[in-house]
Amino acid sequence: MIPSAFDYAAPTTVEEALSLLAGADSAGDEVKLLAGGQSLIPVMKLRMADPSLVVDLGRIPGLSGITDDGASLTIGAMTPHHTVATDSLVLAHAPLIAQAAQTVADPQVRHRGTIGGALVHADPAGDMPAPVLALDAVFNISGPNGSRSVAAADFFQGYFTTAVEEGEILTGITVPKYGGWGSHYEKFTRVAQQWSIVAVAAAVRLEGGTIAEARLGLTNMSSVPLRATATEAALAGCELREDAIAAACANVADGTEPASDLNGDSAYRRHLATVLAKRAVLAAVGLSGRKG
Amino acid sequence: MASSKSIHVEVDGAAYTDDVEPRLLLVQYLRERLGKTGTLIGCDTTNCGACTVHLDGESVKSCTMFAVQADGRKVTTIEGMAQNGKLAPLQEAFHQCHALQCGFCTPGMIMQSASLLKENPNPTETEIREGLEGNLCRCTGYQNIVAAVKSVADGVEYGDSGVSVAESLVEDAESAGVS
Ligand SMILES: Cc1cc2nc3c(=O)[nH]c(=O)nc-3n(C[C@H](O)[C@H](O)[C@H](O)COP(=O)(O)OP(=O)(O)OC[C@H]3O[C@@H](n4cnc5c(N)ncnc54)[C@H](O)[C@@H]3O)c2cc1C
Ligand code: FES
Ligand code: FES
Repeated sequence: MIPSAFDYAAPTTVEEALSLLAGADSAGDEVKLLAGGQSLIPVMKLRMADPSLVVDLGRIPGLSGITDDGASLTIGAMTPHHTVATDSLVLAHAPLIAQAAQTVADPQVRHRGTIGGALVHADPAGDMPAPVLALDAVFNISGPNGSRSVAAADFFQGYFTTAVEEGEILTGITVPKYGGWGSHYEKFTRVAQQWSIVAVAAAVRLEGGTIAEARLGLTNMSSVPLRATATEAALAGCELREDAIAAACANVADGTEPASDLNGDSAYRRHLATVLAKRAVLAAVGLSGRKG
Repeated sequence: MASSKSIHVEVDGAAYTDDVEPRLLLVQYLRERLGKTGTLIGCDTTNCGACTVHLDGESVKSCTMFAVQADGRKVTTIEGMAQNGKLAPLQEAFHQCHALQCGFCTPGMIMQSASLLKENPNPTETEIREGLEGNLCRCTGYQNIVAAVKSVADGVEYGDSGVSVAESLVEDAESAGVS
């Protein structure tokens, strides 16, 4: 399958990329940013996207890599999933994000696909949005009028739709460090290399043998990733016993209306969410043999 | 009309400069422009891994990359794995462990296995299976593929079977009844 013909530009700075976007916009051309290409190239091959200009972000050095900002980490948008999954800073300060990145697709796709591409693509079944939402990351966006920051809670706006406007570039995300928290990403699939049917991201802080605070993100329970705030509240003060944690997670699907598809209907997804939330929290507090 | 781009790439140790259309996929460049048909196209949808090559030493699916993205970079295909006419240890292990039947998945399997062993020189069986998650084989049931990769990780020496690359191709062709 061969995509329609397009012009290709490989800028080396964000400013250059932004001016290419602005130029194409005023000329009325359809333009697409290319990150890892692991979602864009397949849709271009199917000709569901046929941009006249493709702007490759892969030659902008400053967009890839992880920096330690003291109380937080900044992960560049062009950092590949493989790097996110194995980087020592991410493993030390945001292991939930590293673990979720390790579940994306397969090794070859993880070598090319990027965290920024996955977040802007915003597939409801994608694995990166829920952990990033649960950890309250901040999205750094550059556009023709300068840079702005968007809270994770405001970033995901609908089915494949985010706060990144046409003409803008996501440059990275800033994730607060969660010192002393335990975490786990529990993903349910039936076959290898599959997108999440449902997944739950959990981060938990313990104090004196009980759960003091919990953060829960749900993958594929809606057109956008969800925060399970009622369950987070129910988990606060919860004792470290399986029955207590299961009870606190029992209503995690309340108010959700997940889609029905060939992988499972809505009721099945709602059931899965309660099971996976319990497993994710048990693993996050160290009460199960699950890794992470 | 979209304009073509000049690219410089190193493929299997040789330098190439070519004008390509931006929409040319890396796998098409390798197969159709360079004649490196050892890299196969199975699904063309990023699923099967038959097209796996190394880009600067990391495995990628060459059906899901444009040739222009490889500009200035180093590509290794299955055709660059043997050195001085001698099969690479993984190739020898696949041969000796019967890790292939029709062989269609084999170039991709070997390229992904090499990437896996580079990142994790001592993988468990589970880690090998997870590491080959993006490579589909319709024939072998994977068992002997996993065994071949494990044997290389364990340092099993197959000795110098004395089979050079050219000879082994002839031998395979003969045993398949081709002359
Ligand atoms: C076989 C297969 C299996 C997969 N399985 C999973 C899975 O299990 N879980 C999962 O989460 N994902 C999965 N993916 C998708 C993978 O995570 C992709 O890497 C990701 O969706 C897109 O990232 P990318 O860097 O390749 O972006 P691209 O494909 O290059 O871009 C995707 C979109 O985002 C836009 N974009 C990219 N970067 C930016 C930026 N910095 N600023 C603004 N816009 C930008 C592009 O214009 C495009 O519209 C799978 C993909 C494949 C091919
Ligand atoms: S041909 Fe590239 S993954 Fe199947
Ligand atoms: S040997 Fe036939 S597909 Fe693997």
